[in-house]
Amino acid sequence: MAKAIFRPLTADWDMQKKSAAGTDMDVVANTFIKPNDRLSAFERLELYNRQYWFRLLDCMYEDYPGLQAVLGGSKFLKLATAYLTRYPSKSFTLRNLGRRLEQFLRDEPEWITPREALAIDITRFEWAQIFAFDEAAKPPVTPDDLLDNKTGRIFLSLQPYICLLELDYAVDEFLIALKNLESGGLRTEASNAMDAAPETKKRRIPLPKKKKIFLAVHRHENTLYHKRLEPEAFAILTAIGKGKDVETACIRAVTASRRKNIDWPAEIKSWFENWSSLGWFCR
Amino acid sequence: MPANAFNGFTDYGIGLGLRVPHYQHILEKKPVCDWFEIISENFMVDGGRPLEVLDRILEQYRVVQHGVAIYFGSAEKLNREHLKKLKRLVKRTNTPWLSDHLCWGSVDGSYSHDLLPMPYTFASARVTAQKIREARDYLEVPICVENVSSYAEFHASDMTEWEFLSEVVERADCGILLDVNNIYVSSQNHNFDPYDYLNNVPHHRVGQIHIAGHSKYEKYILDTHDHPVLDPVWKMYAHAIKLTGHTATLLEWDDHIPSFDEVHHEALKARKFQKNLSQKVAKAVA
Repeated sequence: MAKAIFRPLTADWDMQKKSAAGTDMDVVANTFIKPNDRLSAFERLELYNRQYWFRLLDCMYEDYPGLQAVLGGSKFLKLATAYLTRYPSKSFTLRNLGRRLEQFLRDEPEWITPREALAIDITRFEWAQIFAFDEAAKPPVTPDDLLDNKTGRIFLSLQPYICLLELDYAVDEFLIALKNLESGGLRTEASNAMDAAPETKKRRIPLPKKKKIFLAVHRHENTLYHKRLEPEAFAILTAIGKGKDVETACIRAVTASRRKNIDWPAEIKSWFENWSSLGWFCR
Repeated sequence: MPANAFNGFTDYGIGLGLRVPHYQHILEKKPVCDWFEIISENFMVDGGRPLEVLDRILEQYRVVQHGVAIYFGSAEKLNREHLKKLKRLVKRTNTPWLSDHLCWGSVDGSYSHDLLPMPYTFASARVTAQKIREARDYLEVPICVENVSSYAEFHASDMTEWEFLSEVVERADCGILLDVNNIYVSSQNHNFDPYDYLNNVPHHRVGQIHIAGHSKYEKYILDTHDHPVLDPVWKMYAHAIKLTGHTATLLEWDDHIPSFDEVHHEALKARKFQKNLSQKVAKAVA
């Protein structure tokens, strides 16, 4: 039964007539499901097959409105179906449904041709928002924590919910425009109600142009935000996140910078003040 | 028998499913409501808004956990990671009992996110009951299993659904979350008398009742939870509480969700049936 349920529907949202092995699905269904006076075994199994795909595709539409807008409804549907076929949900929660989507797109870029880079950027950004929404938060670091340090070098940790993204397209502006067009929300909650077929939404927003951006996707007082960062600020946070001490992270970022005539001590001080006020550093 | 071992000896009255569109109303207006049922999996997260809302609700209201993904009927072992997170939530909510469905939904670690019907066999009852016991022992809270609505029946079944439910709960020594709407939906889809179902489950094990709306199609009925409760379901509810006594009752409304007041008003219709029952009992005693 599971094989039949997980198998993609036809373009008309019907169960496929043949099994993967080529057997008539009527025959397959009749081996384990009883027909009744109104529905054949095939039709009864088809209800579950449809329900599985409606529920999961609906979740993909809710989690990836930007990717859908970039690819178009029809292409997105094919991509989502292929993704869910290769990577069925391995989690008890639909929250994690898109966890492997970026990897899938890198492995099978034919689904996003000719907009591979843009599609991957927006996928990363949309997943980061799902992740940052309810990932764990640790107690923020306090001055006392730093005073205990006897090594002379300061090590900080970033909050687990923060996602740092280096992107080639300004997908943040694009997604804001998209959400303004159609007020979107996070995924439908889990329940045991039956779902209807997912709707393909038509959106007309100009696609983002190529432009290098650095983003931190985070939350503050449990509201989701994304914040653009200077390249050096991004480099410092990335290095800190990888376990470098603050001094090393700053020196490396400034040394690698192409920007001239910057008052780096003042700049870096203001960044750290801002990040600390947002509670980005934790114990 | 409103309070029993299967609902933690509580007498919770009439509750509502806690749903996102009502958060603001509940947190700001603090309406009177006997209790809220949460979908456990929506709060089995590590941080952020869901837990903040839950903590604020817990300050004011009684909360009971209802799950959709333990899958007692799946062939594979219980997911330990899932149970760990569930136990963390149980400690947070202090839920007096916990419910999930008598169904399967995962194969080899792949989740259908659906509540799939089981073949009603003694072998599957034995395995399912064992898993319910394991989960209860680990979670240290009474468990009630809910009958699901279904659209398919199996050749392999060698008993009725209510016989299967009884077999499982007796073997597991657990409670029943009796979903009256699900019984009605399945009875229409499988041509059985829903009152046979109601009359033949172990009533002393019913710890909670669900009511909900459904949608009728030409050849079948779907459990959509997007309507008020329909009359045949209310009639069954009246019959059910005659058999079980005043039992904690919850209205499920998961799609096309109207205002909090409208949903609450619909749920409170259950009080009329409970009052009728009380009057009949009083007369009989007199």
